[in-house]
Amino acid sequence: MSEKKTNRRDFLFTATYAVGAVGAGAVIWPMIDQMNPDASVKALASTEVDVSSVDPGKTITVLWRGKPVFIRRRTQEEIAEAKSVDIEELKHPEKDEDRAKNPEWLVMLGVCTHLGCVPLDQKGDYNGWFCPCHGSHYDISGRIRKGPAPTNMEIPEYKFVDANTIKIG
Amino acid sequence: MSEHEYVPKSKAGKWFNDRLPLLTLANHLTDYPTPKNLNYWWTFGGILTFCLITQIVTGLVLAMHYIAHADMAFGSVEHIMRDVNYGWLIRYIHANGASMFFLAVYIHIFRSLFYGSYKSPREIIWIIGIIIYLLMMAAAFLGYVLPWGQMSFWGATVITNLFSAIPFVGEGIVTWLWGGYSVDNPTLTRFFTLHYLIPFLILGLVVLHIWALHVPGNNNPIGIDIKKPSKDTVPFHPYIVIKDGFALLMFMIVFAFFVFYTPNILGHADNYIEANPLVTPAHIVPEWYLLPFYAILRSVPDKLLGVIAMLSAILILAALPWLDTSKIRSAVFRPLYKQFYWILVADVLILGYVGAMPAEGLYLLIARIATAYYFLHFLVVLPILGFKERTTPVPLSITEPILGGSSNLAAMKNKDSFKG
Repeated sequence: MSEKKTNRRDFLFTATYAVGAVGAGAVIWPMIDQMNPDASVKALASTEVDVSSVDPGKTITVLWRGKPVFIRRRTQEEIAEAKSVDIEELKHPEKDEDRAKNPEWLVMLGVCTHLGCVPLDQKGDYNGWFCPCHGSHYDISGRIRKGPAPTNMEIPEYKFVDANTIKIG
Repeated sequence: MSEHEYVPKSKAGKWFNDRLPLLTLANHLTDYPTPKNLNYWWTFGGILTFCLITQIVTGLVLAMHYIAHADMAFGSVEHIMRDVNYGWLIRYIHANGASMFFLAVYIHIFRSLFYGSYKSPREIIWIIGIIIYLLMMAAAFLGYVLPWGQMSFWGATVITNLFSAIPFVGEGIVTWLWGGYSVDNPTLTRFFTLHYLIPFLILGLVVLHIWALHVPGNNNPIGIDIKKPSKDTVPFHPYIVIKDGFALLMFMIVFAFFVFYTPNILGHADNYIEANPLVTPAHIVPEWYLLPFYAILRSVPDKLLGVIAMLSAILILAALPWLDTSKIRSAVFRPLYKQFYWILVADVLILGYVGAMPAEGLYLLIARIATAYYFLHFLVVLPILGFKERTTPVPLSITEPILGGSSNLAAMKNKDSFKG
């Protein structure tokens, strides 16, 4: 067997398999890709929020891409508390300055990074958020402090369009 | 598989059978030699077939009234409950039928564990069974999402997020599964499609499961090879048919009790609240039949490792025929295995209990010990037990303890080798 030389037929077999594989792939890919987010879902990718009525120490929740986004207007004490945390002792080290460009406003996805539940506001051991599903505690900067979640709550892309309007996405 | 080639009596039957041997198949099924000592734990195969057909028939009917759309699904289920003629009955049979299906499958699986039905030459039957069990869990999960209540929505969110634990590609896979950036309408429509598909896949696998069973024939409570047909066997019809039928009636009484007297006891009240992506229910728990695995998931503090532990707990069953090194099948002749078997049963029940409790304090500690023991049973106890255990003498045939001797000459010759 091993001494058998490759002949024209072997070449034909290999060429046939290769063309067949490419053809099968070309048919299978649309079948898989149709499940990815479609154009209408992507079209809803940004949302504008009027935050003029939010008082310090209050959080509003808005829906963006089907997910809740927490917008919290933090008090001076909360900002001080968020900045005073020693970065070294965090599971997912991030400075508060990097999470809240304008320290008064914390804008983040209200989705627990463990398995996607919505954490509760002003609960838990760190004065921030607490996820009731599997017990993850977040601080006032939305950073994971205790529990199974692997990372801090995500900060979406956002910008202040004017003093009172935040555009998310 | 019977010794004699079957020939239909009528001329028309013979004509048809020569072209498509359906009558030969029917004859094989009725004459199929079955060990005569099968006890009632062996009736759950028939019961499970009944459960599958019940789910398919009630599911078909429900699909005539259900609307798979995020804005209408919850309302359409209430419409089924209030407006559709007998809709309440059909939906309660379908919802409780899922629980009954799992009740029966757990008894069926633990029957196999006790009597060693997974051992050579029945490994393929066992592995097909595990695949059916996995598909059952998938179908149950997908079906639970369809009413679009709070538990549906958040159950779907938590379970699909398990895939996000996969390094690098996890997030992409989750978005692909959702068809969006959260569980939403595209998720619901595809879940409905797959929920409709899976029962038919299960049906196909059930045919293979039974086909594979009919090659070596049934195991039996004393776990020995028997000659077929012989004094040790009875034909499937009418002996097993009537016994299975009686057990099925008893099972249907339990089934009917749930449907007519406590139709919601196995569900969660939160699922009668429409899905709300902004509020997670305070206490999320899966359906009772998934609780042991949920407890294993939560007992591991790391996200990825937790998911791996949960999947391994199921997949380890597929390796069972090779993890159990004992040549003796039935626990009746394995005094030590019998004790470990009952410890495992208790362990799984404990896991189920702590799975329903909050993952903190003492519950978490118990969950961790029970999880460790679960894996210890399969990975350490079973392989070692096969070498260390002193088994008790196995009879040569089912009739031997009463009549002496054996119809199985091969077993007679090997008698000494069977003594552990």
